[in-house]
Amino acid sequence: MTIRVLAFARLREILGVPDLTLELPPGARVEDVWAALARERRALESERSSARAARNGSIVPFEALLSEGDEVAFLPPVGGG
Amino acid sequence: MYAVVRDPIDPRALERVVRAGDGGVATFFGIVRETADDGRPVSGLWYEAFDAMAIREFETIASEVRERFGDVSLAIVHRVGELRVGEISVAVLAAAAHRAAAFDACRYAIDQLKNRAAIWKQERYSDGDAAWKEAPRH
Repeated sequence: MTIRVLAFARLREILGVPDLTLELPPGARVEDVWAALARERRALESERSSARAARNGSIVPFEALLSEGDEVAFLPPVGGG
Repeated sequence: MYAVVRDPIDPRALERVVRAGDGGVATFFGIVRETADDGRPVSGLWYEAFDAMAIREFETIASEVRERFGDVSLAIVHRVGELRVGEISVAVLAAAAHRAAAFDACRYAIDQLKNRAAIWKQERYSDGDAAWKEAPRH
């Protein structure tokens, strides 16, 4: 299934692009998206504990299951204002 | 009025949420400072947002404001992109029948926004260095 991935701030910098698409087997979870990205980007390892994930715009745990066409966003700690 | 914008914020534009029954209006503007907390000279700030999530958080904060402080009309506008020293990064306006609710609502909204909204800030220093700044932990 096709998953769209977004990343912001420091995570966007590590990813190298603000968004990309991934092909994952059915039954994949948010965690699998992160793992697929982290395989080629060692710098993500130290970001995992502080990162949050959103599925289609809502915060979800990394164990959350994905469906075809879902958008997964990875968010580092926020700090606007 | 809840928005993430890319162009300069016009503070007067927020006044359109003020209603005929409002007798008190409190506003807060966040401005890009020329020095960082550690004293380093800053050339500007870079902001980015997950717009849809940030705006939804503004709306959630607004409903909390009404639960806590009663009938308050609120506007929250945050700018993203590259900002120079002296420019407004965020504007909050709270209007209520009396000043206490307006002040309390304005303070609550900006404090919550900084800690919760899907917005990120990078300090860019005059020496060319840059650093992402996260909200201080509680």
